[in-house]
Amino acid sequence: MSTDRYNMDRNKPILLQGNEAVALGALDAGLGFFGGYPITPSSEIAEILSNEMPKRGRKFIQMEDELASMASIIGASLVGKKAMTATSGPGFSLMQENIGFGMMTEVPCVVVNVQRGGPSTGLPTSPAQGDMMQARWGTHGDHPSITLYPDSVLECYELAIRAFNLAEKYRTPVFLLLDELIGHMREAVKLPPKDELKIINRVNPNVPPEWYKHFKNNPKYISPLASYGQGYRFHVTGLTHDEKGFPTNKQTEIQAKMDKLLKKITDNLDDLIQVEAFHMDDAEVAIFAAGVVARSAKEAVLRSRKKGKKVGLIRPLTIWPFPDKEVERMLESTKATIIAEMNQGQLINEVLRVTKYQKHAKYIELQRYDGSLITPEDILEKINEVL
Amino acid sequence: MKYQIRLSGSGGQGLILGSILLSEAASKEGKNVLQSQAYGPASRGGSSRADVIIADEEIYYPSAESLELLLCLTQEAADKYITLLKSDGILIFDSSNVKINPIKAETIAIPFTQIAIDKLKTSLVTNIIAIAFIATLTELISLKELKKAIKNNIKEKFIDLDIKAAELGVKLAKDYKNGKVIKT
Repeated sequence: MSTDRYNMDRNKPILLQGNEAVALGALDAGLGFFGGYPITPSSEIAEILSNEMPKRGRKFIQMEDELASMASIIGASLVGKKAMTATSGPGFSLMQENIGFGMMTEVPCVVVNVQRGGPSTGLPTSPAQGDMMQARWGTHGDHPSITLYPDSVLECYELAIRAFNLAEKYRTPVFLLLDELIGHMREAVKLPPKDELKIINRVNPNVPPEWYKHFKNNPKYISPLASYGQGYRFHVTGLTHDEKGFPTNKQTEIQAKMDKLLKKITDNLDDLIQVEAFHMDDAEVAIFAAGVVARSAKEAVLRSRKKGKKVGLIRPLTIWPFPDKEVERMLESTKATIIAEMNQGQLINEVLRVTKYQKHAKYIELQRYDGSLITPEDILEKINEVL
Repeated sequence: MKYQIRLSGSGGQGLILGSILLSEAASKEGKNVLQSQAYGPASRGGSSRADVIIADEEIYYPSAESLELLLCLTQEAADKYITLLKSDGILIFDSSNVKINPIKAETIAIPFTQIAIDKLKTSLVTNIIAIAFIATLTELISLKELKKAIKNNIKEKFIDLDIKAAELGVKLAKDYKNGKVIKT
C-alpha cells in the first residue's frame, strides 16, 4: 500500500472516503491528539489517524472505552492540543457524561459521530439519522450544542476543519455528525490547497499568571484559554463554578455561568449557522433534509424541475443551533414542505416549531427507519401528492 | 453520460475492494466518480454489494438506481438485483455459481471462480479478474490506471498475483469481444 497517499497533488482529483476526509480535515486543522475506541461505521477515522499521527509527531491513543476516550481528549485539550475522538451511536451514548463535563468546563474538542441504526448496538453497517436529538440533548442539564452535518466527501473535509475552528473559537465541544453512507462512500475530490485553509486557534491569555481567571467573563462570554504547563494555575471542575473555576452556590455566579454557556452560542448564530438553499428561489414545494438524505432530495428536485414542478431543497449544514430564522424565511412562501429523515421524526419538530405561524402551508413527513436510504423515488411520491 | 455499475455477491469476495479499484482508476480520468456499498455486520458470508457511478454530471444520489452493468458472483445477488438492470444494460455473472434465465439485456456468462482456480490456483483473485473484465469490456477505465490502483491499494505481497489476475481479466474480455467462446 502506498505510504505517501496523503501527500497528494491537490490539483488532481483523488478518490477519498468520507471518514478518510474527516481524518484528513482534522490533520490539516492541526489535530494534536486523538483518543478513541474503534466502532463501525467510524473505525476508518481511528485507523487512518493511528497511522498518520505518529508519522507527524502527534499523539494517537486507543483508549479502553468511550468514557475514557472522551476524558482523554478533554485532558489533551487542556494541555493545549487540538483534540478529537470519533465514534458511532453506542459510543456517543457512553461519552455523554464527559461531553457535559467538556461543555461545563468550556474545553474545545471535536466529537465525530458516524451514525448507525439504533437504539443500542442496532445496525452497525446501516444508515440511520437517529442521533439528531442525542447531539442536542444527549448530556444532562441546560447546554447549547454546535453540530455540523456534511453531505459529501469534500464537505466531510471542510466541516471537520470548521468543527475545530468553532471549538477553538467558542471554547466548547463541537459535534460532527455523519451518516454511515457518507462516512463509507468514496468520491473523486480535489482538496483545497493547504495555504488557502482558514485555521482558527484558541485565544491564549495575555495577562500575567497571577491575574488569570480561567472562566473570566466578558461581553463576548468567551474567556481566553491557558494551557497546563504554560505557567498558569487554574482549577477545572464539573461543579458549577465561579470565574476562577471553583465551585459556587451563589445565585449571581450560577446565573452568570449558565448565561455565559448559552450566550456565547446564541450571540453568534450568524457565524455558526450554514444552510444550503438548492433551487429555493421560486420553489412552491420545499424539501427539508440533511446529510445523505439531502442527496436523494437533490436528485428528486432536479427530476421534478425537468417536469416543470417548482421544487427546492433546504439543507442545514449546521443542525444545532437549529437555523430557525433561515428556515422560517425560506418557507414563507412555499405551499408545502416535505421533511425527510431516516428516523421516526426528530428534526421535523424543529421545522414545525419555527413555522408555527405559517398556517397556510402543509407539512408532510417522510420517514424511513428500515436501515435503507430514502430514495429519490420515495421523495417524488410525496411531491406528487402536493404538486 | 452516467454509467452505473453494481458488483454483487457475498461478503469476503472482495467486491468492495473491486469497486474501490475501479473508482480510483476512473477518478484519474477527470470524471465524477462515486463509490458506495452495502454489507452486513459479518466480514464473510451474507450479501454484499458495491456500486460505482461514473458521470460527466454531478452525482447526487449515492447508490446505483438503474444499472448499465451488473456483476453477480452469487445466485442470491443475481435474484436480488437483476430487476435493476436496464434493458440495454449488461449482465455479467459467474457461471461457476450462478444460473440465469434468459433476459433482454446482454448476458455474459464467465466462470470467474473456476478460471481463477484453474489459472492462478486461488479463488481469491476472482474479484480482480472480474473488474479487469468490466474495465476492458466497457472501455471506461484504462488497464494502466487499474494496475496503478492495484499497486496503490493492495498489500505488497499480493500485487504480482493481482496484476496477473487483472491481465487475465483483460484477455477474457478481449476474447469475448472477438467472439471467442470462453471455456474452463
